[in-house]
Amino acid sequence: MALLEVDSINTFYGRVQALHGVSLSIEEGEIVTLIGSNGAGKTTTLRTISGLNPPAKGRVRFRGRDITGLAPNRVVGLGIGQVPEGRRVFHRMTVRDNLFLGAYVRNDRDDIRGDEEQMLTLFPRLKERRNQIGGTLSGGEQQMLAIGRALMSRPKLLLLDEPSLGLAPIMVDTIFQVIRDINQRGTTILLIEQNAAKALAVANRGYVLETGRVVKEGTARALLESPDVQRAYLGI
Amino acid sequence: MLVVLLAPKAASDLSLFVQILVIGIANGAIYALIALGYTMVYGIIELINFAHGDVFTLGAFLSLPLLGAFGLTEGKSSGVSVYLALILIAAIVMLLTGTINVVIERVAYRPLRNAPRLAPLITAVGMSFILEGIMYFWRGASPIHYPDLIPNPRIPLLAGATIGLKDIIVIVVAIVLVILLTVFINGSKLGKAMRATAQDREAAQLMGIDINRTIAATFFIGAVLAGAGGVIFGLYFNSVRFDLGFGVGLFAFTAAVFGGIGNIQGAALGGLAIGLVQAFSNAYYQSALTDVWIFAILILVLVFRPTGLLGMQVPER
Repeated sequence: MALLEVDSINTFYGRVQALHGVSLSIEEGEIVTLIGSNGAGKTTTLRTISGLNPPAKGRVRFRGRDITGLAPNRVVGLGIGQVPEGRRVFHRMTVRDNLFLGAYVRNDRDDIRGDEEQMLTLFPRLKERRNQIGGTLSGGEQQMLAIGRALMSRPKLLLLDEPSLGLAPIMVDTIFQVIRDINQRGTTILLIEQNAAKALAVANRGYVLETGRVVKEGTARALLESPDVQRAYLGI
Repeated sequence: MLVVLLAPKAASDLSLFVQILVIGIANGAIYALIALGYTMVYGIIELINFAHGDVFTLGAFLSLPLLGAFGLTEGKSSGVSVYLALILIAAIVMLLTGTINVVIERVAYRPLRNAPRLAPLITAVGMSFILEGIMYFWRGASPIHYPDLIPNPRIPLLAGATIGLKDIIVIVVAIVLVILLTVFINGSKLGKAMRATAQDREAAQLMGIDINRTIAATFFIGAVLAGAGGVIFGLYFNSVRFDLGFGVGLFAFTAAVFGGIGNIQGAALGGLAIGLVQAFSNAYYQSALTDVWIFAILILVLVFRPTGLLGMQVPER
């Protein structure tokens, strides 16, 4: 049984249909990436999974349970964490409070403390800035905070929306290293990236989205070698 | 400018100056308690809750029958038992106004949460009229005498000025409630969830925060403070009327904007500022011009600091 199964979903923004029967599945332990150009429906797919934009048609199943239409806060409680597009850290709250809120669905106070320490170890930059307000962090630091915050809920599945967008090249490498680390510690990852080459380099499998439809899927290697993908997304 | 206006007055009669200061602070404390509700609700859903002033009045009205039920009568009841009963009554009233406000939010505002801004705003105005109408129907249009239950011995301050026991109680209660609120907002899990929801509702949801519950909690806490304000107002001024919340609410809202809407400390400071301006204007100039002063200062503050004294805290998008 797949960890996550998205079964032919149609999602609308108002009257505009953003997704046309998108299906995908993710096995436990995988890194799966969605690639595609702007407006292809990558973010919408993520928002549909996390409950922010419920689909008009189709089902989303997580660990065998139908979670279609469930409120986002309930979805988090079931074990799906999301690092939203644009990071969305709480700008007027400290790094520590941001991490604390990431663990909102948990009630094990002591373990939360421990996890907070672990995040600060995972991201040493944040440790130095633990009492700083989120809005004063650099883009890369905010991205780390957003990832750390999502991990605080101890998700089984982590949805990452454009984690490298707008970051300095050296920071991009760091973020991808972190993604690898997180995955090795047992978190399954669904990654959205504009940087298809980097995404396919860390991923096991990938899906290519075009105008709200899945047009191609396969192992990361197969996609890297596909002439269509090379031409459209890898600039080769 | 204020110093220029006030300094000679203070020098010529220090006793009067201090006396007015006391009145201003006490009035300001009441404004502050109400302003907090406006600012919290605005901070979290960007709604000017026009009905908030009337929830304050409702607090005073609801406490009247409770005073009778607890056997508190003017001139007959005295001693520690009076204070204990009053604390209990205030607690009951706070619980009631809090619950009523949660119901108001559920019925009148939540269904409109994704509607254009104007819709909930008009609903709030409507809710204000509904509450005033109910209180009008219940106790009539004339001012109602509120039992004078707290003795008001004057305690000497400096230069022959005195402070009444009532002033002290009002000021202390307000300070304690503001501190409790600040500690709660900054330190508790729900308080942090409220701040997160105010800053970024969607991100808050992705943390697993139930925003409906969090917003309801904000309305509850705002109304708890307003309810306390209503009881204190009654005990302090000994007169209430069904439409009290309109005027007082307007000034409290102004106080919230003055301090920087969405900002808890700002609301407290704004309330204090308006209480002081009002007291000094009433005493030194003409009370007819008091509102002119208040709003002239408000306009000046907003022209030079559009975000209010301490800065606005509303979600950035």
